[in-house]
Amino acid sequence: MKHQLQQVFKRTGLLLLTALAFACRKDTPVDEDSEQGAKTPSVTVKGLYVLNEGNWGSNKSSLDYYNYEDGKYTRNIFGAANPAVTLGLGDVGNDIKIYGAKMYVVVNGSNKVEILNAGNAKQVAKLDINNPRYVTFYKNFAYITSYDGYVAVVDTTALSTIKTKITVGNQPEEMAVVGNKLYVANSGGYNYPNYDRTVSVIDLTTNTETKKIDVAINLHHLKADKYGDIYVTSRGDYGTVASSLYVIDSQTDAVKKNFNIPVSDFWINEDDAYLFSYSYATSKSTYVKLNVKDETVASNNFIADGVEASITLPYGIAVDPTSGDIFVTDARDYVTPGTIYCFDKAGKKKFTFTTGDIPAHIAFLLK
Amino acid sequence: MIKIKGVLPNTRSFFLLAPLLGMGILLPGISAAQVDTAKANQLQEVKITEYKNSRVNLSPTPVQILIGSELKRLNSLSVADAVRYFAGVQLKDYGGVGGLKTINVRSMGSNHTAVFYDGVQLGNAQNGQVDLGKLSLDNLEEIAVYVGQKPELLLPAKGFAAASALYLKTAQPVFSSGKKYGLGASFKTGSFGLINPNISFKQKISNKIAFVLDAGYLESNGKYKFRYKELAYDTTIIRNNSDVKSARVEATFFGSLADSSKWSLKLYNYNSARGLPGAIVSNRFTFTQRQWDDNSFVQASYQNKKSARYNFLLNTKYAYSFMRYLDPEFKQQNSFLDNRYTETEWYISAAHLYKIAKIWELSLATDYSLQKLDANLYNFAYPSRNTGLVVLASALNLNRLSLQGNILATLITEQVKNGEQSANRQEYTPSLMASWQPFQTKDFRVRSFFKSIFRMPTFNDLYYTFIGNTRLKPEYTSQYDLGFTYGHTSNGKRLAYLSVQADAYYNLVKDKIVAIPGNNLGRWTMVNLDRVQIKGFETNIQTVWDLAAQLKLKASANYTFEKAIDISATAFRYGDQIPYIPVHSGSARFGIDYKNLMFNYSYIYTGERYSQKANIAANYVKPWYTHDLTLGANFVYQQTRFFFNAEINNVFNQYYDVVLNYPMPGRNYRFTLSANF
Repeated sequence: MKHQLQQVFKRTGLLLLTALAFACRKDTPVDEDSEQGAKTPSVTVKGLYVLNEGNWGSNKSSLDYYNYEDGKYTRNIFGAANPAVTLGLGDVGNDIKIYGAKMYVVVNGSNKVEILNAGNAKQVAKLDINNPRYVTFYKNFAYITSYDGYVAVVDTTALSTIKTKITVGNQPEEMAVVGNKLYVANSGGYNYPNYDRTVSVIDLTTNTETKKIDVAINLHHLKADKYGDIYVTSRGDYGTVASSLYVIDSQTDAVKKNFNIPVSDFWINEDDAYLFSYSYATSKSTYVKLNVKDETVASNNFIADGVEASITLPYGIAVDPTSGDIFVTDARDYVTPGTIYCFDKAGKKKFTFTTGDIPAHIAFLLK
Repeated sequence: MIKIKGVLPNTRSFFLLAPLLGMGILLPGISAAQVDTAKANQLQEVKITEYKNSRVNLSPTPVQILIGSELKRLNSLSVADAVRYFAGVQLKDYGGVGGLKTINVRSMGSNHTAVFYDGVQLGNAQNGQVDLGKLSLDNLEEIAVYVGQKPELLLPAKGFAAASALYLKTAQPVFSSGKKYGLGASFKTGSFGLINPNISFKQKISNKIAFVLDAGYLESNGKYKFRYKELAYDTTIIRNNSDVKSARVEATFFGSLADSSKWSLKLYNYNSARGLPGAIVSNRFTFTQRQWDDNSFVQASYQNKKSARYNFLLNTKYAYSFMRYLDPEFKQQNSFLDNRYTETEWYISAAHLYKIAKIWELSLATDYSLQKLDANLYNFAYPSRNTGLVVLASALNLNRLSLQGNILATLITEQVKNGEQSANRQEYTPSLMASWQPFQTKDFRVRSFFKSIFRMPTFNDLYYTFIGNTRLKPEYTSQYDLGFTYGHTSNGKRLAYLSVQADAYYNLVKDKIVAIPGNNLGRWTMVNLDRVQIKGFETNIQTVWDLAAQLKLKASANYTFEKAIDISATAFRYGDQIPYIPVHSGSARFGIDYKNLMFNYSYIYTGERYSQKANIAANYVKPWYTHDLTLGANFVYQQTRFFFNAEINNVFNQYYDVVLNYPMPGRNYRFTLSANF
């Protein structure tokens, strides 16, 4: 009996030991993830940052860097630069801008703006803000929209606190500054079918909303050209009302043009505006170039070599201020790593890199 | 090693219970009564083992069963915890007592497992999933999971209509001689502020009718610590908004008639209020979303043995479920997002079994159900679905070979009040199963099955505002399985019971319904896009050892190997393992019964997985494994049978996520005291 018991306990012990043997887990791999590509030295630009949104709730927003000088594209640099930041960059990066020596990364799902050293992406400060969307600047202030219906004013010398909140419309999105006026696109996205349809105009000397310009439902992207015009996109209602692009004259604060073309996102560089849109109904994309000086369509397809056929879902766009190279990101199916395409000014593909999930926003690091 | 802080609240509850426990143990008269109970238990045990063995061994489709006495010692609070011990099963667990828990059998997806409660399916037309965390174990007598289907002929047609099935069976009333009533009560407490009393009352109304009332209340503050430690950070956070309060009442009448036919009538209500703990992401650890549920059903069943040749089974059900979701962070003009959904279902089923000859049976089952969904959403479709199922099945039971096959016809029509409705559907799907005894011994059998079946798109897939796509087709699965069973019971021998099941399988999921980027930025839409190929092997070994007169040892283990890869034509990552499916997983259980004491150890292992389609470092999810311990004691005091049980779960305090960013609890404790009068 005793012998039998011993046998059993021996076997049991063995079983337990085997189980325990599993009891060391390797850490999540954090090897540097990079790709060698073309060198594109520039007199003014050092490189560019790509902000990948990642899926909602996945905490997979990531920052990539493409170094123009040595042609190296490095993915997911935030963790290596900031190993002490709990859970990294966070959930759904929605905007990235460089102002002075600092880079502002708006992380929507993480309710924060990461303020980083633009040169090495190391954290300078973190600003807590509920449901933040976009950032823009004027003098020594940063302005951040929050879906809670305000624009937060942050002093660039005291970055961790909100100085004041300017009440605007519902679910405000992108902003631009002309003169001392801040233009804010209000979407009202949480109130469908009763979308907001206005652009708020804020006097930056008093930090108050002076008027609301009626444009169209569900406004989203808003950028200014160098002639003092505001370009603003409407998402439509995803049904009967189509997406479109409007122009506001900042002198009169009146809508002066409706281009009647759908726009997912766009970028203005000097006299050129590069627009793209993706239609689910047809699974087709359009790549339109406008001339903002005379407000006309310059080209119905700025991609010249047919490469657009390999872009599944265009998601972000940026244009190098000096070379005029056009960068377009492809989010593919949202759940696999995306691609960034570089086209030269003539619309011919130069190179591509694999990005993180949902590459969306780009910022150029200037020399 | 044990953190004092974590133990404190539990020690308090332990002291509360200790006097009760002590009373039982110190009583002098106990030993005699105890031995009797032990003997009775042992007899019961043998019977149960044999019964289980015959079912498992003869089944042409893989079946795994957990019976009441096993469930008691399994470190489980809900059905969800128990199904983790089955081979080939992944539990999608969002953590905590109140987090959503759904079952995924052989990687075909949660929508492919039908859950049956006392023989009738728990439906959910809205999202096609049953939250197993809401189903209490307290009144369950048996949990069985079948891959393919339950290999019986006299079943509602719904029993043939899913790729896998989970059968939950509540306890039938049994009265000790001369007694007309019985009363059982239990109380559970432990970590996360758990308070969980249950009461069960049974009454013999007449010789032909019995009544059982079962009620339970569960409360938990849902607070537990979790820790994220990577790179240079090491952060410990307390889970918030994971509280839950729920109440369950179940009343059942059981009857028999003069012609030996049987009937039952069940009324059920489950009511809960809970917080929805969100995904833990950088800088965001607190949540405010709430959910309320109110689910009721009434179901009736009637079974008649008209003759030795003809049997008849009738089932019917009406179910009502209400769900409210509130998101205070989704600020609308004058309110918050506040969605309310009401789903109703009418169901009736008739099944006939006819024995043509001693070896040949034929059955015909017809089901009809009407499901409706209401919601306070803008431009909502208000869909209703009529489902008709007709199944013709036949079985041939030869001396050493049994064959069963069936063909199922599914007819579906839908109506909507707004927008486009989904097209009418007519599908015909077959199953074929075989079990063969190749040698003289009855212990060893070879089995195989093939089944083709589909799941309908859910109302959410079809009609959810913006996301829904009414052009969706059903999602088809084909399953091929080949395996063997070996089961041997030898009373009086040291190895009293040995059972081995092993199966290799190949599954194909076609037209898998997935979300893809929709018609504008940030929007999704549902499409039939993906194709998944699953090749797997699973094995399950169970042993019972009689070591001495009152010393019994039970050891069991299971292991699953599974390659579930994306073979969609449009895949950006063709051949990658699909998200959340580990290649290796398994569990082991080890128990000792000594006199009136029992000890149990269980271990669960889930290998490395990826949280997203691409199998790259950024999507890597670490393996996790938990060790759980239980110590229990049976005792009798003044003719009342008591059972006390103490559990330590996740003994080594491993922090892990089953679903990325939904942290699971570390080491936790649970104490149960139950009494039967």
